[in-house]
Amino acid sequence: MAVESHELALRHHFADPEQQRQAASLGMWVFLATEIMFFGGMFCAYLIYRYWYFNEFAAGSRSLDITLGTVNTAVLICSSLTVAMGVRAAQMGKNKLLVVLLLLTLVFGFAFLGIKGVEWYQKYEEHHIPGPSFDASDLIREYPQIHIDPQHSQIYFSLYFAMTGLHALHMVIGIGIFCYLTYFAVRGRYTPEYHTPVEIGGLYWHFVDIVWIYLFPLLYLIDRKPLG
Amino acid sequence: MSEHIVSSKLYIGIWLTLLFLTGLTAGVAFIDLGPFNTVVALVIASVKATLVVLFFMHVKYTSEKLTKIVIASALFWLLLLLGLSLADYTTRLMR
Repeated sequence: MAVESHELALRHHFADPEQQRQAASLGMWVFLATEIMFFGGMFCAYLIYRYWYFNEFAAGSRSLDITLGTVNTAVLICSSLTVAMGVRAAQMGKNKLLVVLLLLTLVFGFAFLGIKGVEWYQKYEEHHIPGPSFDASDLIREYPQIHIDPQHSQIYFSLYFAMTGLHALHMVIGIGIFCYLTYFAVRGRYTPEYHTPVEIGGLYWHFVDIVWIYLFPLLYLIDRKPLG
Repeated sequence: MSEHIVSSKLYIGIWLTLLFLTGLTAGVAFIDLGPFNTVVALVIASVKATLVVLFFMHVKYTSEKLTKIVIASALFWLLLLLGLSLADYTTRLMR
């Protein structure tokens, strides 16, 4: 393995390992730029509909579980710490620590998806999943002071499921990437000279965390204040 | 020239700040600030995102200027997308 990892260290078309590392990192950033545009379209749709159907968005936002949402935000922030510490362990050649931190990241990742699953199930039980069985009568009863059109409520929940679903899909892909990284970290592939996969896998994970950092206030928090 | 290794103390400091800001934004959401609720929530989210990008994603320490150009252009295109779309939809008289 030592020989293999040494050969992996430098491709012939790069001048030195530093240039190779920076090229890989830059490539990842270009990919993340396309991801910003990808999620940007959904955020744009959300902002426009929220501007049009503010009452329905306020009521929908209030029906989400703020405790689970906040806990999930904290879980993702903890996972970002373990990723950052993992990259640091790889830079310093502390392989055992790297494996532990990668496994911890996976635990946080699965915890996030589990909590998200509980929240989705709550929405299923409340008939808040858009479609033939959608029912907003509980929201209409709860907030008699504002006018709620069930069709517009469906738009809020459609966007909620599309945005959190797309984010969860990214989490699933991230967990796949981190399983791959853990497998090769256990086999001792990553060294202070060559740990680019850990670094760019980490960039991806942090990006998915940032998307959630914006989804959390937009979906859960913005309309919590007392209704006028 | 080699990579910059960030101290674990700094990472833990950033982590605690991010957790604090998460609690803060959840708490402030219940206080009626009028139209500023949205502004405060998005400002806190942006501070958190900036901390993650600068420290966890090492952008503060990178010597590669191209990375910064890629980030700046991604934000610029996002601003165009959101800014021009909202400039249209928020100024229409009829729906």
